[in-house]
Amino acid sequence: MGRAPREPVLGEAEGSSRAQRGGSGKAAGATAAEDQRQTMMTKSNSTRRALHCTLLTVAVFAFLGAGDPAARFGNLGHQLMCVCGCNQILLECNHVGCPLSDGMRNELMAAVGRGDSDSLVEQAFVQKYGPTVLAAPPTTGAVNRAAWIMPFVALIAGFGIVIFVVRAWKNRPAPAIADGLLPARGAEFEQFRDQARKETDL
Amino acid sequence: MAQIGSYALLLALALSVYCFLAGMISLIFQHAGLERVGESARRAGIATFVAVLLAAVVLVVAAFNNDFSIAYIFHHSNRDLPGPYKFAVLWSGQEGSLLFWSLLLAAYGFVLRLRYKTDPRLFAYASVVLAGVQIFFLSLLNFAAHPFAIMQGTLPADGNGLNPLLQYPEMVIHPPMLYLGYVGFTVPFAFALGALIMRYPGEKWIHITRRWTMVTWGFLTCGIFLGAHWAYSVLGWGGYWGWDPVENASFMPWLVGTAFLHSVMMQEKRGMLKVWNMWLVFATFWLAILGTFLTRSGIISSVHAFAQSSIGNWFAWFLAITFAVFVFFFFKNKDHLRSEHKLESLVSRESSFLFNNLLFVLLCFTVLWGTWFPKISELLQGNKVTVGAPFYNRVAVPVALLLLLLTAVGPLLAWRKTSLESLKRNFFWPMVGAIVASIFLMLTPESWGAAFGLKPWVDISYFYSLMAIALSVLVTLTVASEFYRGGRVISKHTGQGMFASMVQLTHRNTRRYGGYIVHFGVVVIIVGLAGSAFNQDKEQAMGYGDKMNIGSYTLICRSFTQDDNPNYASEWAVIDVYKGDKKIDTMTPVREFYKASRQASTKPDIRSTFKEDLYLVYEGQNEKSQPIIKAHLNPLVIWIWIGVWIILGGTILALVPNAPATATIAVPKPKLVEQATPAVTGD
Repeated sequence: MGRAPREPVLGEAEGSSRAQRGGSGKAAGATAAEDQRQTMMTKSNSTRRALHCTLLTVAVFAFLGAGDPAARFGNLGHQLMCVCGCNQILLECNHVGCPLSDGMRNELMAAVGRGDSDSLVEQAFVQKYGPTVLAAPPTTGAVNRAAWIMPFVALIAGFGIVIFVVRAWKNRPAPAIADGLLPARGAEFEQFRDQARKETDL
Repeated sequence: MAQIGSYALLLALALSVYCFLAGMISLIFQHAGLERVGESARRAGIATFVAVLLAAVVLVVAAFNNDFSIAYIFHHSNRDLPGPYKFAVLWSGQEGSLLFWSLLLAAYGFVLRLRYKTDPRLFAYASVVLAGVQIFFLSLLNFAAHPFAIMQGTLPADGNGLNPLLQYPEMVIHPPMLYLGYVGFTVPFAFALGALIMRYPGEKWIHITRRWTMVTWGFLTCGIFLGAHWAYSVLGWGGYWGWDPVENASFMPWLVGTAFLHSVMMQEKRGMLKVWNMWLVFATFWLAILGTFLTRSGIISSVHAFAQSSIGNWFAWFLAITFAVFVFFFFKNKDHLRSEHKLESLVSRESSFLFNNLLFVLLCFTVLWGTWFPKISELLQGNKVTVGAPFYNRVAVPVALLLLLLTAVGPLLAWRKTSLESLKRNFFWPMVGAIVASIFLMLTPESWGAAFGLKPWVDISYFYSLMAIALSVLVTLTVASEFYRGGRVISKHTGQGMFASMVQLTHRNTRRYGGYIVHFGVVVIIVGLAGSAFNQDKEQAMGYGDKMNIGSYTLICRSFTQDDNPNYASEWAVIDVYKGDKKIDTMTPVREFYKASRQASTKPDIRSTFKEDLYLVYEGQNEKSQPIIKAHLNPLVIWIWIGVWIILGGTILALVPNAPATATIAVPKPKLVEQATPAVTGD
């Protein structure tokens, strides 16, 4: 994994070359992407949103069946968080007037369009937005790995403990049925009857 | 107005302090002359409820009167807010919701103290514990988060209004349900701690708390799913569960509470797991408080950030104190909790309950671990990380699947020891059914819809979905076979029809068969959740006549427009939905702009069928003022909500008292012990 090409990503997120990149590699998408270029100069948030979704549509058609970047966009977009403070998954962030998610989606779109590998895309996002942009801890570093390993360690340890407990309990003396072989009468009999009822019933 | 509320709160605090101290004195000294002191403590407890109720009524009345001299009303209401939401003011902000918490606790205490004759001494102990918890909440209300604080300066003409996301019918019932669940777990805890302190003989306290626990569990389940449904119907991100810390906070006590509901049977039937149960019930209570601490302290960031405040410290202390008190009495009296029986086999219901508890507690640990990990990471490596949905999906789903497997196997195991032979016999046909169902799902064409043509090797989420559905079939078949086999026995003895026999069977052991119905409800929910592996979405600007295709639907924008009312302004699109050439529906996703709070919210339009939900969101407008529509296709979601209804039905059924066990079947009276304690096989 090389160092993430941070500047180009940023530059393209702002500029129109993104649309071309988005369509590159597929002639069918290129013309559609060209059309979209006109709309890219507008500044408002909703325009960017419109732009992004048109781009997405273009990308979906352009890349259908070819390694499926639309699916990659969807996958990666669910591994990243919107960092505006809303604590939502990037592709699920929909609160009105979010200052960041549209830009981030566009960057992701551009990176996927360029064919960057998943880890490269994630690295670029981490460099720009910090480690909290990843929706789950990465698998690098001892502490981060602990996040993933701990539940499974607990599972295995738990199973071990339960099996140990079952064995230990099997071997311990049972006070209640020590004299169980003698015929029981009266209250004792009722007690056993009650116990039997409990155990045969739930 | 505000003064009445303030005094009511002070009075309530004084009463609960009296209830606590007087109750304690009468229990410690156990002097005959102190009986009346104990009785006065009980009555003070009842009066606490009246005082807290008065405070709550004052707050609601103030909301309806638009009394903006009270800061809380100013912040959470406005003149044009519809009536039901004014009522909901009681739980829409921090001070109000603490008051509501206190009210519910007092209400539970009220019921408990009225029913004290069941076992006066144990109830007296429980009453003291409840009063202790109540003192904490009332102190908070009186000294840290006063709901009747007065506005400084000139009186504002109108209030800030209620958060628009909360202006949704379900929001009027979701918090009360959740709170009934959270607060309700205080009662089993109070009984458990009481029983521990007084070294209560026998399992009677378990019998007493069983119903409390079930009712509480039902409320919590309902509250959690109402929250999920609210998120799905209002937030407009297309999902229902985001593993947000606040969601986790409600899920953790649910998990441990569910474990407790199961393991309690071990203590009832076999006198085992006494220590474990004590800890489970404590953990459930403690986690419910911890949840509040998490959301209130702002220690962990969450989408529910509106709840942040400075009262976190109070909660931290309270958590520490309850922990210390519990641990003290546990170690003081733990010799009292010795097990009565030994465990006989790994293949027995006892051990299946152990594994059940292990998995529930483990899931809870995983959720707790994930929720706290950002904090741990910050401490250990100096930077925060996010632990979101991808983490939980990867870690919790396998454990949940194991649990589902256990749900299928557990009920087939007998207490003490099960022969492999009987297990095989009972398990064979359900297993065959599950395998056939999986093969069927793999071989059918994908065009039949989500979950058909499932290729588990394509994606791990498909694999999980297939496993979830196969195990769901397994559980359903084992549940059905339990009903069938039980019904057949009764039918043979009484000559009744099969259905009547099953009804009778259920009535004779409502908890068992109600429990099975709950299991079935869980399975239905699991099927709904499994559908999420096949979600699709698409986003597009839609001018007049523009088309969008998603799944088998074609969406055509007929028009888009705006509207205005005193509470909010709105924009929406009118979208015609076609299947093939046939128009099947018209949908209107909307965005609302709330005037008082100056906040906007999007409200999706959802078209639910048993197969899938078509979920349209009005995302905004483009530069041509055309609406941008995001369409989600979410398969099988409706089954989640259906499953919740089934769970509720099962829970209510489990609460129905049993019909007498020997009403129709005469059991020959055994003469010897050997006959009376049969070697159990099957069920």
